[in-house]
Amino acid sequence: MSFVKLTASAIAIAAVSATAAAARDQVQVAGSSTVLPYASIVAEAFGENFDFPTPVVESGGSSAGLKRFCQGVGEEHTDVANASRKIRDKEIAACAENGVTDIIEVRIGYDGIVFASQLDGPAYNAFTPSDLFNALAPKVVVDGALVDNPYTQWADFNADLPAEDILAFIPGTKHGTREVFEEKVIAAGCEATGAFEAMMAAGMSEDDAEDACLAVATDGRAVDIDGDYTETLASIDANANGIGVFGLAFYENNTDKLKVATMSGVEPSTETISTGEYPVSRPLFFYVKKAHIGVIPGLKEYAEFFIADEIAGPDGPLAEYGLVSDPELAATQAAVAAEETMQ
Amino acid sequence: MTETSMNTPSGSLFAQDERTKKRNAAEKRFRMFGLAAIATGLLFLVILLTSILSSGLGAFQQTFINVPVYLDEAKLDKNGNRDIEDIKKVSTFGYNPLIQQAIFDSVTEQGIETPLAKAKDMKALLSASAAAQLRDDVIANPDLIGQTVTFRILASADVDGYLKGRVTRESVARDKNTDAAHLDLVDELRDAGVIKKSFNWAFITGADASESRPEQAGMGVSMVGSFFMMLVVLFLALPIGVAASIYLEEFAPQNKWTDLIEVNISNLAAVPSIVFGILGLAVFIQFAHLPQSAPIVGGLVLTLMTLPTIIISTRASLKAVPPSIRDAALGIGASKMQSVFHHVLPLAMPGILTGTIIGLAQALGETAPLLLIGMVGYIATDMPDGFFGGFLDPNSAMPAQIYEWAKRADPAYYERAWGGIIILLVFLLTMNIIAVILRRRFERRW
Repeated sequence: MSFVKLTASAIAIAAVSATAAAARDQVQVAGSSTVLPYASIVAEAFGENFDFPTPVVESGGSSAGLKRFCQGVGEEHTDVANASRKIRDKEIAACAENGVTDIIEVRIGYDGIVFASQLDGPAYNAFTPSDLFNALAPKVVVDGALVDNPYTQWADFNADLPAEDILAFIPGTKHGTREVFEEKVIAAGCEATGAFEAMMAAGMSEDDAEDACLAVATDGRAVDIDGDYTETLASIDANANGIGVFGLAFYENNTDKLKVATMSGVEPSTETISTGEYPVSRPLFFYVKKAHIGVIPGLKEYAEFFIADEIAGPDGPLAEYGLVSDPELAATQAAVAAEETMQ
Repeated sequence: MTETSMNTPSGSLFAQDERTKKRNAAEKRFRMFGLAAIATGLLFLVILLTSILSSGLGAFQQTFINVPVYLDEAKLDKNGNRDIEDIKKVSTFGYNPLIQQAIFDSVTEQGIETPLAKAKDMKALLSASAAAQLRDDVIANPDLIGQTVTFRILASADVDGYLKGRVTRESVARDKNTDAAHLDLVDELRDAGVIKKSFNWAFITGADASESRPEQAGMGVSMVGSFFMMLVVLFLALPIGVAASIYLEEFAPQNKWTDLIEVNISNLAAVPSIVFGILGLAVFIQFAHLPQSAPIVGGLVLTLMTLPTIIISTRASLKAVPPSIRDAALGIGASKMQSVFHHVLPLAMPGILTGTIIGLAQALGETAPLLLIGMVGYIATDMPDGFFGGFLDPNSAMPAQIYEWAKRADPAYYERAWGGIIILLVFLLTMNIIAVILRRRFERRW
């Protein structure tokens, strides 16, 4: 019967494919969607210049990428995890539990986080961390007392800002960018406005006050965006009074729709970020499983190629796309060449 | 007849009384509502199609630069012995200055005045893919070194966008790579015939590209990925689905168990597809250790999703075969199995095929389960090698590729995403038309 034959051959094909699944000849990368554009540019150039196949780069977020990275050693696990933040101790421990002990940490450069709004929208041209804290924190300091955030418009606390309803589109908690936003903007504003001291004076322990400083109001003034920057851009398009949090590279690719605000008087650019003048930036990393070097063809070459001067240097394609090149690139290159692992 | 009815005639039988008028008006209203509903539906369809076509047709055109490039021996083969290993050592970064110089030279040759005085300023006109194209050609044919060869290279996404009207002088005002002087130069070069738009085959046959070169990106590899996934679905879902429905419809006893199975199949057909994705991740990748991002896993997940659709439509078409056919076969001494396979199944085939094709079309357009099994990202980069490679090599699928493009920062990718939707729609329409034709040609009415 033809159906019996069909079924039998289909099952046979499936079985053969499953057993042939063993050998993998391309590097597999997963992780941060912020690092994805850079990794894809490198992977493409790598495929063109080497005889190895083009590495596969998946997105999904820093945490998801590191989780998969830490699942074990062997061809079925990823070789490289991209991350827009440093690996956490908890994650190193989880890695070790599954036998992933030798991890090479590679810092590829810095990424700026910018605040941008509609090109023709209200004049959000200058922010300080204090402004954003006053706008977005659940509790702020008014006349020396800590109260529930009473502000509804930007002009309520800073007359230089437009009288528009507060509405900010910020990265959701699964993004590495959220952490940077909380620590470098909201927490900085918390200290600058005196809210931190007020919390301590109200009897909070230092740790509790630090945690409370990171909180963002959940009453609708701050909208979490769990998707990508394109989603933030769409929200900004639809809300003239909204401001959005973007990566510098995304902003530079969309200058025809967005205008960027200065932070504490400094305009974000690759120059101001590399000198450290622009305060809201963070390093980008990728992590390499040392046990896979020599097993997966091209893994070490990929890692070295990623941070080569012609790629990650100040004139390379990554800088052109928006990465702030690392002044200590030479040290990183040496560390990767020597396969130096963490600790 | 009574007195009253004679004296006060209630009117001719042809005249409508209040009730009839009301009923007729209600019917008229209902027809109007129906028409309005259809008109609204058509209106939305037209709006949808025009917006897809107007946003996406641009992707099928691409801007190219025709430029003679002098392949300098001093740069590309320092030892001059045409040793392929030496030539391979020159990376794409070594080719960029040659191309920039070549464009600069042809600008000077055309006598075009431009404030862009350096060869390096030509970088913004070029796609980064040009260097790779030259390098591949030189490696394939090292004798080209030392000659001047005319290449047809891709223009950058900004130049392409300018010729398509997406990029304007206002929009580049704050762009750090391209400025108005570049656009003036593009105008001149277009008039001189150096820069030309032509049909973009690479969009249909090519591979995905990185974020910095949308002009190079194509659907080809992800199309191959979708094709292999559909093969898996076809060769697993069709036999399993048909066998299950034949058993349930023709052989299975009617009891609580078969009732339970039937209810479950109908329920499975309504399960959101993302659920199958999570199942696939847990079973095929984490438990069975099949490779991530492989079309075989995608195909298995989509098989699970398509099975209920095929079973339901197959059972419906088996049911539609009149019992007299079975009785006749049994009456002349055929066994139950012979009656099914020789008589019932062939008659039900058009319906089964239609259901299968519609199930496949549904699977072809499905994105959600693929998100979870690693098919989104920078994946569809190389054509798979060989038949088995097609199942196992990491690949994407058409809808996943479209989703990925829509997420990317460069606005040029937006156009590509719409273009991808057009290709996907063409596939879906073709499949549905085939299903309609099959049904029309082979369907029998009893």
